[in-house]
Amino acid sequence: MRHVDPATGTCPAPVPETERVLLGHGSGGRLSAELIGRVLVPALGAAAPGGPLEDAAVVEVGESDLALSTDAYVVDPLFFPGGDIGSMAVHGTVNDLAMRAAMPVALTVAYVVEEGLPLPVLRSVAESAGEAAVAAGVPIVSGDTKVVGRGAADRLFVITAGLGRRLPGVAPSVAAARPGDAILLSGPIGAHGVTVLSTREGLGFEADLVSDSRPLHRLVAAMVAAGGDAVHALRDPTRGGLASALNEIAAASGVGAEIDERALPVPEPVRAACEMLGLDPAYVANEGCLVAFVAAERADAVLAAMRDRPEGAQAVRIGTACDDGPVVVRTAVGSRRVLDVLLGEQLPRIC
Amino acid sequence: MKYIDEYRDPELARLLLAELGRVTTRPWTLMEVCGGQTNTIVRQGIDELLPGGIEMIHGPGCPVCVTPLEVLDRAMAIAATPGTILTSFGDMLRVPGSRTDLLAQRARGADVRIVYSPMDAVTLARDNPDRQVVFLAVGFETTAPANAMAVLHAAALGITNFSVLVSHVLVPPAMTAVLRAPGCRVQGFLAAGHVCAVMGWSEYEPLAEQFRVPIVVTGFEPLDLLEGILMTVRQLEQGRHEVENQYARAVRRDGNTAARAAIRRVFRVTDRAWRGIGTIPDSGLTLTDEFAAFDARRRFDVGRLVVREHPDCVAGDILTGAKTPLDCAAYGTTCTPRTPLGAPMVSAEGTCAAYYTAGRRQEDRHASR
Amino acid sequence: MCLGIPGRVAEIDQEDGLRVGTVDFGGVRKRVCLAYAPEAAVGDYVIVHVGFAISVVDAAEAQRTLAVLRAMGDVLERELGP
Repeated sequence: MRHVDPATGTCPAPVPETERVLLGHGSGGRLSAELIGRVLVPALGAAAPGGPLEDAAVVEVGESDLALSTDAYVVDPLFFPGGDIGSMAVHGTVNDLAMRAAMPVALTVAYVVEEGLPLPVLRSVAESAGEAAVAAGVPIVSGDTKVVGRGAADRLFVITAGLGRRLPGVAPSVAAARPGDAILLSGPIGAHGVTVLSTREGLGFEADLVSDSRPLHRLVAAMVAAGGDAVHALRDPTRGGLASALNEIAAASGVGAEIDERALPVPEPVRAACEMLGLDPAYVANEGCLVAFVAAERADAVLAAMRDRPEGAQAVRIGTACDDGPVVVRTAVGSRRVLDVLLGEQLPRIC
Repeated sequence: MKYIDEYRDPELARLLLAELGRVTTRPWTLMEVCGGQTNTIVRQGIDELLPGGIEMIHGPGCPVCVTPLEVLDRAMAIAATPGTILTSFGDMLRVPGSRTDLLAQRARGADVRIVYSPMDAVTLARDNPDRQVVFLAVGFETTAPANAMAVLHAAALGITNFSVLVSHVLVPPAMTAVLRAPGCRVQGFLAAGHVCAVMGWSEYEPLAEQFRVPIVVTGFEPLDLLEGILMTVRQLEQGRHEVENQYARAVRRDGNTAARAAIRRVFRVTDRAWRGIGTIPDSGLTLTDEFAAFDARRRFDVGRLVVREHPDCVAGDILTGAKTPLDCAAYGTTCTPRTPLGAPMVSAEGTCAAYYTAGRRQEDRHASR
Repeated sequence: MCLGIPGRVAEIDQEDGLRVGTVDFGGVRKRVCLAYAPEAAVGDYVIVHVGFAISVVDAAEAQRTLAVLRAMGDVLERELGP
């Protein structure tokens, strides 16, 4: 068989720009990986982490098995249907810990504020972060605030750190997927990215849609209770979407994957917006779902446990891990295509 | 979604493929002209399901890929002019000019913005009276009415800080160029459904007659494409060369008269350079004298542009199907999707890029022929 | 080239002297210029490209296309056997 790249929205490829950082370097695609792999990690020298790049790092302190994660949040607009930069920062950090089967113990939150930001905006974001932390059952134990001159930052950036305690007996890792694993998805894809996109100047549209931003640690706890160490790999497909997450797991684990296109849950408004703008939902950001590689014999039990949780009510099996090769999608008409990683940001297209 | 989902039915797709297998008695080479159709074919893997011997050549119908370097370089120069907002469809931001692309220009401080519609660029001009707003007006006949309306609307509202950098291209002259190219292997065409929704299909009849090729106006969903291929193959098998309309739900014989009138009022036909192919006579649109005031070429003096296309690129031969990427020395070495030398590698839907991402390399050459 | 998708005209009005409307694409609504679809009425489906309706979908033709395909299936089944 022959693989053909769908190359959604990547028409055409950019000139390699070596001297400046592009927005595409923050897209979660190939440019992001190159920036991290060729510039940021090597720059750390002996202090650089070994092994694959995970959502959160495992840190052993004495007898404690901890996970540590840090994250920066920049979103335009600051408030969107279904959430805001404050709640999203808490959810995102909790979820990064959860992908290592760690339950959140404590978070820190720092704000970089542009001079001139209306105080009610900052208050509202901070209150939202607080409410999200309370709902997730994790304290915010430390913080910092910096104000920069007008134009030096875009209104408000939020930087977090999260500390979590790992559940005993499991060690999910981006590098631990095995051939034959069932690939499970906890819920519909694309809602967050399309919701945020709908507010953009020049693209604006109205959608019956809210961001899926929410914490996933309780879902992970339920999955681990049902599947134990059969839960091999977890990833929350944020920037770069499901396609990027699948490719990251496949590459780090040395496995391939075959996904059934018809099994992918895409809400109708997401599909409509993607049709309209020429985007592929598989590359659109999510903030409230996870993809899991689970040993086949425990997959049904884990899937059932996922469906018992509200955040996993629409969980589905989307495919199977195989020996090697790329991530492949079986199309609706029965052909196959490679689901590659995008180079940079996915741009709306007319072609 | 109504009028989309019905045309993605896997069961009917299997039926069409079975019927296609039944009527096909020998190899045929078809070209889908339109990049949107290429996109469906490649994304759905339709070409891999076709009966042995039916080959699809991807045509030059990606306006992004065929936009000449000179226009891209001019857009970059305009974007770099202080006080300017350069607006464009998202597709155009990554296209490499001679030295750089619009995304890199944006990183250097240029105000480059993606719009969904040229009307959004007019609104932007109205909201920013102290800035010059330029829209990069590319595309085939489908996009021309929208760009014409943007100009008409700006004129009606008296908006003077809006202009367009026009690089419109026309499909029939491109098909003629493909058919006249030495070594042309194309035996039948799928004509671009949305171009025909605007223009109708009567202008394809002389082409079908002169070159004795079947031309089937085709839609964009998997079933549309399969039926378009089936109708074309049926004609070939029966020795016919007619213009047929598979996409009757959206295309009438005379197209869209209001849209065509707007095109005629705002634009006139001109020679146009196609990237990878060269200049094709009467193959493009430019602003009429009545609307010359909206021409960004006149409004911005960017000096003399030194345009450099790579000499190693054989894009013209690729686009006409005369050569495959494996016949090109630069393919996979100096020319990759990351560092494209020409149109078929620039567009991810181009033949070279499709070959490259499919992992086909020079060493597979004998196996693939 | 020429991404165009069908949506249902939900309302029609005028804006700056232009015929515009709201078109619904399965839960996504967008303002669309209807200047090139003077015959489009509320409830009709139009093909939208870069914010413009370029064609009104002919519902009868759409049905006919599908009917032809389904009929082909019946013929094939008879020929190829169950």
